[in-house]
Parts: sequence; structure tokens; C-alpha cells
Amino acid sequence: MRALERTYHGAPAAAGPLLFLKGTRRAALGEWVVIRTPGEPDRRGQVIDVGEAATVVQVLEETIGLAPRRADVTLTGEVAQVVVGRDLLGRALNGMGQPIDGLPPPFGEALRPIVGAPMNPVRRIPPSDFIETGISAIDGMNTLVRGQKLPVFSGPGLPGLELAGRIVEGARAPRGEPFAVIFVGLGITAREAHAFLDRFEKSGAIERSVLYLNETRDPAIERLLAPRIALAQAEFLAFEAGIHVLVVIADIAHYCEALREIANAREEIPGRRGYPGYMYTDLASIYERAGILEGRAGSVTQIPILTMPDDDITHPVPDLTGYITEGQIVLSRELHRRGVFPPVDVLPSLSRLMNAGIGEGRTFAEHREWANQLYASYTQGRDARLMAAIVGEAGLQPADRRALAFAQRFEDEFVNQGAERRTLEATAAIGWALLDALPREDLVRITEATWLRREAARARPVDPAAPAAPVAVPAPAGG
Amino acid sequence: MTCAEVVRVVGALAEARPLPGAALYELVRVGERGLLGEVVRVTGDVATIQVYEDTTGLRLGEPVEATGRPLMIELGPGLLGAVIDGVGRPLASIAGAMGDFIAPGARAPTLDPSRRWSFEPHLAVGARVAAGDVLGVVQETPGVAHHVLVPPGCAGVLAEVRAGALTVAEPCALLEDGTALRLAHAWPVRTPRPSARRIPPGRPFVTGQRVLDLLFPVAEGGSVAVPGGFGTGKTIVEQSLAKYADADVVVYIGCGERGNEMAEVLAEFPRLVDPRTGRSIMERTVLVVNTSNMPVAAREASLYVGVTIAEFYRDMGYRVALMADSTSRWAEALREVGSRLQEMPGEEGYPTYLGNRLGKLFERAGRVEALGAPRRTGALTIVSAISPPGGDLSEPVTQAALRVAGALWALDPALAHQRHFPAIDWETSYSLYDEATAPWFAAEVAADWAEVRRELMTLLQQERELREIASLVGPDALQDRERLLLECARALRELVLAQSAFDPNDASSSPAKTYRLARLGRDMYREGAEALRRGVPYERLELGAARRALAAARDAADPGTGAVAATVAGAGAAPAAVGASAGGNGARAAERPTGKGVPHAGA
Repeated sequence: MRALERTYHGAPAAAGPLLFLKGTRRAALGEWVVIRTPGEPDRRGQVIDVGEAATVVQVLEETIGLAPRRADVTLTGEVAQVVVGRDLLGRALNGMGQPIDGLPPPFGEALRPIVGAPMNPVRRIPPSDFIETGISAIDGMNTLVRGQKLPVFSGPGLPGLELAGRIVEGARAPRGEPFAVIFVGLGITAREAHAFLDRFEKSGAIERSVLYLNETRDPAIERLLAPRIALAQAEFLAFEAGIHVLVVIADIAHYCEALREIANAREEIPGRRGYPGYMYTDLASIYERAGILEGRAGSVTQIPILTMPDDDITHPVPDLTGYITEGQIVLSRELHRRGVFPPVDVLPSLSRLMNAGIGEGRTFAEHREWANQLYASYTQGRDARLMAAIVGEAGLQPADRRALAFAQRFEDEFVNQGAERRTLEATAAIGWALLDALPREDLVRITEATWLRREAARARPVDPAAPAAPVAVPAPAGG
Repeated sequence: MTCAEVVRVVGALAEARPLPGAALYELVRVGERGLLGEVVRVTGDVATIQVYEDTTGLRLGEPVEATGRPLMIELGPGLLGAVIDGVGRPLASIAGAMGDFIAPGARAPTLDPSRRWSFEPHLAVGARVAAGDVLGVVQETPGVAHHVLVPPGCAGVLAEVRAGALTVAEPCALLEDGTALRLAHAWPVRTPRPSARRIPPGRPFVTGQRVLDLLFPVAEGGSVAVPGGFGTGKTIVEQSLAKYADADVVVYIGCGERGNEMAEVLAEFPRLVDPRTGRSIMERTVLVVNTSNMPVAAREASLYVGVTIAEFYRDMGYRVALMADSTSRWAEALREVGSRLQEMPGEEGYPTYLGNRLGKLFERAGRVEALGAPRRTGALTIVSAISPPGGDLSEPVTQAALRVAGALWALDPALAHQRHFPAIDWETSYSLYDEATAPWFAAEVAADWAEVRRELMTLLQQERELREIASLVGPDALQDRERLLLECARALRELVLAQSAFDPNDASSSPAKTYRLARLGRDMYREGAEALRRGVPYERLELGAARRALAAARDAADPGTGAVAATVAGAGAAPAAVGASAGGNGARAAERPTGKGVPHAGA
């Protein structure tokens, strides 16, 4: 490969993060570039436009002080590659994959191109294995499955990162299968980076994790590479080492800003809100690197976190994300203000793959109707809450009054769980307890068979004096 | 065609020189790996090429080879059940050559060149044939007979006809001038296939979704735009249609969508049984798959590839449905390429020819009399999902689609949040085919279909107005009649219009069942209003029982058997005036459960 390496002395122009070259024979799109200037550390870059007239290199480090005339630019003849391997577990790296934990660079098991190739859809296996996150609003209402990409839509000041941390700590792989977490911090503050590192170390989660931390002070362009470097590592762990990998990327909004900044520097025609027209395709090249492949043991699951500017879900970042990901977990400012944690608004939240991951043998048999009923009653309660604000609670129909009370309890007891980690059984029990407070006529989504089973189950413990013998239990009417 | 080489690469675009003789939309092979591309601009001796494969690693100076022909798709037996990428390569062949991940440069024929088909000629030596004539038949799948057609632009006298086991590349007949006719022929995807004439729409495209068949029916050969923000259920609607709609052949294009979703389709479709043939629905389906992370230019091509395949089966006399999910991703691919070409952008950065291109694509839908003998009619219905940014329907792609589509099925996020699916917004949606399809419903399902439909539309309209008032004055301030209306409309929404894609009894609804439920809902309101008029207080109305009856009717199996007819007749028997006709039509509907399975071809 080194045979293709060639060095040019002096570049004709530089602007922002871009360096322009002339007369580069055999330059390749995506080629890795090293830029050396006397008295300064080496910079790296990537070819993003090749042409006879000009070849454009995107410089990955800060370009302050870069004098193009004095630079020696080496085209390496290779596309960008990164070290991957199981020995990266337990390490904290920067957005370029270099250690920031004071340890020597990882040796790795292989080199992989950071731009992954698309998985062939005919080789994919549809995700259907339930992941217990310990969060009721997710496990019960918006179930996550292995191989899914399920983002968290947060807002400024909302605890999106906190929720991500909880999921990372609480997530369990069933049957004790090998499990790893890859956390990618993009443009996060030093405070956040520190807090996260600390948290990973304290909980012991660091042992089975790789952290890629690109801080706010790091170059914006690194943000474009960091998730791809992390995903190259995730794909290696999953598809070559047979590990189930959960990738958390925070914050995608910072990624998109970096993308816009670079597009602007390249004088591209901007699309909506100045973001480039290809942002959908670009985001897809990250999000679509989740999945399961036939005949390979591991899986890649993604939880991207993004901040919706001004809580606006129609902003291009959440909008394009929602079109690619398999659902979204939406946080609510109102719930957050009321002290509910996690403040998940279950109505706009959705897990598209939930249906494949729930039911008999996966979660619990009545999961679908149970969730449908919680949704239906909560929706009715939210509507009633709006109505009550105008006409007063006394002006409501009895069914609406019941739904209103239900909605309040649903938020306070089901969604709100504070620091507790809930098993699926606990989540199911809380949901049933809330539904049990409603009369049968309100439970339109619960089938007759399920209702009778519940009746029978509830009738049994009613009389504490009754002996354990089944004969002592009077058959419920109609049972 | 000598030694042109790459002189520029940016994104999915490459420039090559010297290619002075290149034609627009000519297919070229780019670089040492032979990446597929199409010429989109010629300036002097420089050709600009949109490349259908990942250009990463493509170098200046690599060779470029022109092929002298446009992008074509091979049309012949073996398409049904196939899963191909945006330029027609079977994904399984790519996996065989490249492994689990897609690498650029794969060469794979669309149709298996080694597979032998049993060809049964319908014409003999000496017959004069012209374009579109049916030469003979190959049983492509147990449910679909593949009519081997004389390709458009070809005519003469048969000098030789061969029966028996043939591959797609072997001649099945020779003309006197020596022209070989084969089981398969290639067709340029950007050129619509010719037909004898267009026929006005009449028969509905029965979707099995009550809200669509009842309120917003689309005619066979029509086109419909289905815009919806993310999470509103576009893909579920498209997939439900692909599974349950009454069509002989379904072409499903996953254009710039999710890989896992396509995996689900690939896992699920082979297991689903087509009630008309008793065979897997995969045997009537062609899947064109270009997920969002696959190369963007191929996304642009995928719609043309899909619609060309659909036209091909239409020409055999089949009723074909094309599902495009989603046209917005196609438009974005146009925008991306246009922007790299430094074209002056129109609205929202889309090229100014967006409306024109989209219009031409939608106009490839239609009901036609096919070229050639025997006479046969075929239909191509296009259902195009659209992903408007922010769910805003005023955006350019939706608006361009609405200028040409005959119907709008708008998806509403508020309904989706309530888990009301399909989340079709009955206030925004419309169909221009309601008049044209009404006679079919009257004749085949129930004479008063249109009347019931109109009454329900009115009910929904009134509900909306009332809900606004109720939200101001409180429900207690409403009259009994108004409370009844709200309750009936709620039942209509929850039990008739909503439909669970996951419930085997409810995922698809025959027109007879749809009518039965609509009728029950209508009667609930009529009879309740009548009782109120007689002085029965609102609290005494048995609305709970009426609701339960609706729910039971919804949950009942829908086999399209005599039982359905009996129930329809039973419902019709209550109000005497329409009872007789509804009963009679119910029986007729039952004879033809979900529409006919045999195409017109060869009849």
C-alpha cells in the first residue's frame, strides 16, 4: 500500500477546515492524508473531492496556524482505517480513537475502514429479542429490541444524557450472553465528559465499555468521524467477536451542526435551516449500522441521544432521525418540571419493533393489549386534562374523570421511577394495578379472556383467611 | 470509447474525459471495479456521471467505459419472488459474491441465466406477430402464468417456435428475418412501456383497509399519495396493502428506507398466504430494495426499475399494484445529484424539474388495453408514500405529488399518537375516484354503499364541529342528540375506521365486512336519533350494546363465505326500505370474496 503514498510540498490554498491541492495524480475519494508543517504537530485529513483542477482535503485537526504554502501533504493511498479489537474494552478514547485515559494506545486485533459498508438487507435478521432497560416507559410501552436503533429526543436542560446513563447501567443481556457498551460523546462539555467517565468507573460499567469522547473544545470535524470509528469497533465486537453491543451516541444535534459547518465551508447549497440536503443520507450511514446478521452471534443496538432545539420535534435533526430510526423516546419538559424521572412522554414516543419483541415467551403474554389499554386510557386522560382546564373537573363526564385520575397516577407511579431500576415484572405489575382501578367498561382494549383471568387472579388473594386450597376460593361471577 | 478516464469525483458524481460521443442517460462502467453509472451531463468531451455505487476509493485516472445503451432492466420469468437492488441486481447474488456487506462493483444478472422454464407456445410457425402479442406461456409461479410477449418494436412472421425447457437467454421463437425472440427482453427503465390505449378507471383497487375502501377508494390504474410524518404508519399502510390488497402482482419498492424493515418484509412475506391462490404472497411480489444507507443515485433509479417491472406485468393483462416507500427519498436523491451538478435550485433546494419528473412517474399508472393479441386489459395502481419534513404537507414533494395523484391519504400524527391506525386523517384526505368507483360498490357490495358512506362522512364532519364546541362549553352543555352523535362518531372511529394490522381477523377487511361495519355504525346513530325523537332519554339508549355488536362484528372472522352474506342480509333486514337490496347484494358479494384471481389475459 505504501507504494501509493506520495507527498506534495505546499498546497495552493486553505479555508476553514479545508485544504486545497492541485495536480494530485491518482488521488482517491476518501483517501487518508497526513499534513506536516515545521514546528507543529502532524495533522490528518481526508480527501472529500478529487479533481484535476483541485482536490479538497478536509482537515481533522484545528487549522489555526496552518500555512498551506509551508505544508507537506502526504496522500497515504489508503482510505481512513481504525484499530478495533476486544482489548479496547475498558478504555476511554478521544473522537479519533486515541487514548485519553493515560494508557498506551490499544494494540487492537484488526484495522477496519471507518466508513462501513451497508449490510445486505437479505442477510439481516429482523430484530426480535427483548432488551430489559429497567425503565418502565421503555420496557413496557416502547420496548427496545436487539439490533434496533431507538433514539432519545431530549430538549435543552432535559435529562437525555442522564437517561442514557441509566440505560447503560441498567441494560441486561438475557441468559448471560456477552454484552458490551460503546459510548460516543459528541461535542459534550468537559463537565459532561467527566461526569460520564466517573459514572462508568463507579458503576463498574467501564469494564465492558469503550468510551469515545469528543469534547466541545475538540475540532468539529472529529465529530463526523467519531461515531463511525465507534461503529467500526461495534461491528467488530458484534459480528466478529460475537458480542451484543449497545451503542449510545450523544449528542446527534452536535454532529449535525458539524456537518452543516463543513458543508458551508465547502460552499454547498444549503437545505432546510442551512443543513445540507444530503443530511438524511449521511445520518442513515450512521443509524443503519445497527442490526443483526444471519449466522453471526452478536448484534449492534443503537440509542442515539439528540437535543431538539427549542423542543421542536419538526426541526431537521429530530425529523430526519425519526425517519431513519425505528421509533423514538420523547422527553417532556412538563413532566421534568414536575420532577418525574425519566420524563418520558409516552404518547409521541414509539418503538416500531416493539411488536416483534413482546408477548408470550418474550415479555409477557398480554403485553400488547396491556400496553394498548395504558395508551388508550392515558390518551383519554390527557384529553380530559385539557378539557378540565376549560370547564373544570366537575364539568367532566364520569369516564373522563376516571381517565383524568388515571393519567395522573400513570405519570406519578408508572413513568416516574426515580433512581429505581425496575424489572419487567415490576413494570407489568404497576401497569396492571393502575388498570385494576378502572371499571371493565373503560378497559376497551382488554379482551374478555384476559379480563376473566385477571378477575380470577384478583379474587384469590382477596380473602386472607382463606386456606391455600383452591377449593376454598369462590368462583367469581361469570368466571 | 477508448481510454476515457476519471477526472473528478465528488459524492456520487464522477466526471470522465474524453467521452465526446456520450449520450445523456447512457450507462457507463466507472473505474477498475466497473461501478455502474449513468451520464447525466455532457460538456464538450467531459461526461458527468451519476454513480450507482459507493465512490469511496475511486481514483483520478481510473478508466471509464461507455456501454452505448441506457440503463435497462431484464424483463422475463423469475422476477416474481425476486429481491433486487435499485439497479436490478438480485441482493442474494450480491451476498453470494460479496458476503454480508455490500461492496461496489458487483455484476449480477436480474434473471437467473441457468434456470429453465417450461415454455408452452400459443402460436405456430407462419403466424404473423406484432409487438405485444402473446407468444406463449410460462408458469412463473403457481398463481401467476407468465405471458411471453413479442417485445415492443418487434414484428414479423414466425419461422420457428420452440416449446419445452428454455432459459431466459435462449430463443423461444425465430422470425423470418432471423430475429430471435426470447423468454426475456430488456427495456430502458426511463421509457414508459407502450400500450394500445388507456381505459378510464372504474373498478376500485380494494385495499382491505376499511377507512380507505369506504371513505377514500382508489380506482385500479389510479395513483395515490400517502404523506405522513415519521411514526404515522406510512410503512405499515404500504405493507398492509402489499399483503392484503386485491392485486395479481405487487411491486414493492423500499426506496431509501430502513434495512430492518426490509428484513422484516423478507422474513414475513414468504410466510403469508395469498387467500386467492393458497400460496405465499411472495410468489406475486417483486421487491426492489435500496435502503437509506445504500448508494443515493441507485435510489433515484429504483423507482424507474420498479415501475417498469410493474408495467411489464400490466402488459400481460394483470392488475398490478406498485408501492413506493418513499417517493421523498427519491426526490432527495434528485436534489442531491442536482445540487452536486451546481444546478440552480428551486423550492427547498429541490431541482426545478421535480414536479415534471414526479408527474411523469405517476402518469405511468393507468388502466390500459395492452398492445397485441389477444386483447387484454391490465392496470397499474401506484401508491406512493411521501415523507414530508416536519409532517408539513405544504412541502414541494407532497405538493408536486398532489398535482398528479388522484387521491390523498394523509396520515395524521395526532391519530398515530392515540395509536389509532391506520392514522388516515379523514378531514384532509380525499379521493377523486369516488364517483368512478361507486357503481362497482353498488353492484358488487351493496346498493346503498354510497349513501352509507355519505352519512358517515357527514357524521365525522359534525363530530369535529361539535368537539370544538364541547371543548369550549363542556360536554354537559350539549343536547342529547349531540351527545349521541359524539358517542356514535367515537364508535365509528374506534371500531370501524381503526384497524389492527397485527390482529389476524382485523388486518384485512373485505368490502362486504367493511360495509357491514359501516352499516352497523350508521344504524347505531340513526336508531339512537330515532329513539331520542320518540322521547327516550339519552341515558336509556343502549349504546353500550350497539358498541359491543360493532366490536363483535369487527372481531368476527372474515372468510368471505356465505356467513358474511347472511350477516349483511341480516343487517339490511332491519330498515325495511333498503333491506331487500342490501341482502341481495350481500349474497352477490359473497360469491366473489376478495375479487377475482384470474387476469383477463388469454380470455
